[in-house]
Amino acid sequence: MSGAVLAVLEQRDGTLRKVSHEVVTAARRLADALGGTVDALIPAAGPVTGADALGGFGADRVVTMTAPSFARYDAEGYAQAAADQIKAGGYGAVVFAASAAGKDFAPRAAAKLGLALAADVTDVAVEGGAVILTRPVYAGKALLRVKVTTRPALLSIRPNVFTPVSRPHPGAQETGAVSVPAGRVVVREVKAAAAGALDVAEAPIVISGGRGLKEPANFAVLEQLAQAFGGKAAVGASRAVVDAGWRPHGDQVGQTGKTVSPTLYIAVGISGAIQHLAGMRTSKVIVAINKDKDAPIFKVADYGIVGDLFEIVPKLADEIKKLHG
Amino acid sequence: MKIAVCIKRVPDTEARIKIAPDGKSLDEAGVKFILNPYDEFAVEEALQRKEKAGAGEVVVITLGPATAQETIRTALAMGADRGVLLQVDRTPLDGLEVARALAAELKDGAYDLILCGKMAVDDYNHQVGPMVAELLGLPCVTAVAHLELEAGEGTAEREVEGGIEVVEFPLPAVLTADKGLNEPRYPALKGIMAAKKKPLDVKLVTLGAGGLELLAMMPPAERKEGRIVGEGPVAVAELVRLLREEAKVL
Repeated sequence: MSGAVLAVLEQRDGTLRKVSHEVVTAARRLADALGGTVDALIPAAGPVTGADALGGFGADRVVTMTAPSFARYDAEGYAQAAADQIKAGGYGAVVFAASAAGKDFAPRAAAKLGLALAADVTDVAVEGGAVILTRPVYAGKALLRVKVTTRPALLSIRPNVFTPVSRPHPGAQETGAVSVPAGRVVVREVKAAAAGALDVAEAPIVISGGRGLKEPANFAVLEQLAQAFGGKAAVGASRAVVDAGWRPHGDQVGQTGKTVSPTLYIAVGISGAIQHLAGMRTSKVIVAINKDKDAPIFKVADYGIVGDLFEIVPKLADEIKKLHG
Repeated sequence: MKIAVCIKRVPDTEARIKIAPDGKSLDEAGVKFILNPYDEFAVEEALQRKEKAGAGEVVVITLGPATAQETIRTALAMGADRGVLLQVDRTPLDGLEVARALAAELKDGAYDLILCGKMAVDDYNHQVGPMVAELLGLPCVTAVAHLELEAGEGTAEREVEGGIEVVEFPLPAVLTADKGLNEPRYPALKGIMAAKKKPLDVKLVTLGAGGLELLAMMPPAERKEGRIVGEGPVAVAELVRLLREEAKVL
């Protein structure tokens, strides 16, 4: 079986999404171990901004697959285009993103092909020619090491885990129209979140608040700290405050919310219930600010400050602003 | 409306996870099992749709061990009409095997709607719903947080990175439920009593080997012991220094 690897990428409104760099990075690692090349596939309606830079992340060939219905996300169309390419390409492995779109169409493509899909993978390896993957279960309270016994090995990678590696390596560009019927699920519109708002699952810095904030309006303190980081930070929330209706569901970090792995996670007024810790323990650096010095959150935090968050957080925002100013 | 809901028995989200001596599975001693939280939203949605339509049937289906009968009873106590347990010795790692068994059960059921949770909080596969849809040739919308249904079609909202996608789809369809879709009801005592008498079919199923072989289950890497930098706002300057110079994240 071939050692070539296919990276299935995502664009939105004609611009490549950042997670695509991570997908190519994971694909490159597998291809190097399998002794093959990396093809990158982008379903799109036309030219994609950022496609020409993919060679620098390890793609040998970039194929933009165009169809009119791909102007917006088209689950069935994407799944068909990916499945067709996988069948035609004779790959050893195929890498998707475990993003909102990837979680939606990668399983469809896998079912079309009758192949297993290892989802939400955080590490890839090749041993004795077999693709071996690591993936968290129970929201990261345990990890599984899994051998993929079917070929090609299909996997989706968790966003924010595979650090993109730049390499001086131009990739060949190709564009080809595909003929797939438009899917039955039609995206009518995408309501954008507040301008510049980052998703907690993708932001490099996440500042989460819990019951210690006392009331919904006080999240303004965290929003101000997020702004001090100059557009790199998102504001998250604990389950307690989401269940209380203080914050939207999409902001919840934890086992029944999002699992996040930012570079910096700041937990403010969060005691650290086990289901919350499960959702953020893979963050690179964790800071906790809490008035209770015995709160479980301090057990996983790299750095903690004990005290009144309403005094500490504004001061922290000022210090961060100074750095960025 | 005839609605099927695919549910799963999972360890409670507050459960501590201990690995069994075989190094490949969960030590279930002392672990409480619950109806997967995302499936609760799916069951609730089905019940509300049936109530709104004034007629219909809500069938809950699960693939799992014999003990998953309890999980079905929970959904029946919420108000579902009947349950089907596709009983297996072990739940496979490969979601496609699960989807195949569910699709075979669902195929001739003439369902208007098939609901699932967006993922199970144990395996985090988030794939069985869309795989079932593909196997049945149905459209699918995953992670639905808002839903409107009219005759033969629906509109759903799903969260995507940095926004909300609004999608339209024809029925029948497979939808997977996200948090926010509704507020699941607690089973009332009357419902719990009634659930004991509701029909529950147990069918023994044999699954294929699947394409994923479990080598090991491991604890996550321990985090290095952290430290308290200080107390109150005076500690902020030191925190920022550590984040810059030691952790190098600023």
